[in-house]
Amino acid sequence: MKKNIDPFWWGLFGAGGAISAISIPVLLFLNGLAIPLGWLEPPAYEDFFTLVKHPLTRLFLFALISLSLLHWAHRFRFTLYDGLQVKHLNELIAILCYGTAIAVTFVAGYILWRF
Amino acid sequence: MSLNPNYTKYHPKWYRKRIPIFWWMQKWAYTKFILRELTSLAVAFYAVVLLLQIRALAQGPEAYANFLNWLKTPVSIVLHGVALLFVLFHSITWFNLSPKALVFRLGKKRIPDALIAGSNYAAWVVFSAAIVWMILTI
Repeated sequence: MKKNIDPFWWGLFGAGGAISAISIPVLLFLNGLAIPLGWLEPPAYEDFFTLVKHPLTRLFLFALISLSLLHWAHRFRFTLYDGLQVKHLNELIAILCYGTAIAVTFVAGYILWRF
Repeated sequence: MSLNPNYTKYHPKWYRKRIPIFWWMQKWAYTKFILRELTSLAVAFYAVVLLLQIRALAQGPEAYANFLNWLKTPVSIVLHGVALLFVLFHSITWFNLSPKALVFRLGKKRIPDALIAGSNYAAWVVFSAAIVWMILTI
């Protein structure tokens, strides 16, 4: 069973790796550094709200957040597996990683749906 | 009962050398591999920060102002600074590895690696420029 489901997680890992590699650096730099440090004027609340309210923006944000987390889950799971060689905890780690990613994906879906 | 002393019912256990937990610190290539894999933590960190920002935006101007004030704290700046380095490392290693995962053929010819990696970098530049333009003109 495990053998059959791995390509599925790997596919999500790949999709998440690609979307995060392309989009996160610029978003992180602008939102987390350039605007808080005052290098850039922050957009007005209403303008930002309107932008995020757009269905396409919300769809993109949902894809970005959920796929990034599933990317993390898969990669981090194998980092623990290879790095710490905790074979006996393999199942528990897999459940915790994928479980967290899926739970936060539902939260993201809820927040963005009701936005 | 066999009297043959060499006979055992069970398969002998192979000798395996135990690998130390910090095996990846012995060589820079190994350390780089582990650092590359750990970029996933920075990716997850930013996905959660982004979600919190959207939630604050949905809650109203006051909650949003509070969130922006949190972003200005030294803790947040340091976290974002470190996360940016890791995320950049993720992007570069990801784009450079993309030709290994994506094999496209045009007729019988394989599309060269440089073209596949190059189109990833191009998408990165175009997307980043579009976001900067959006934030500046909004």
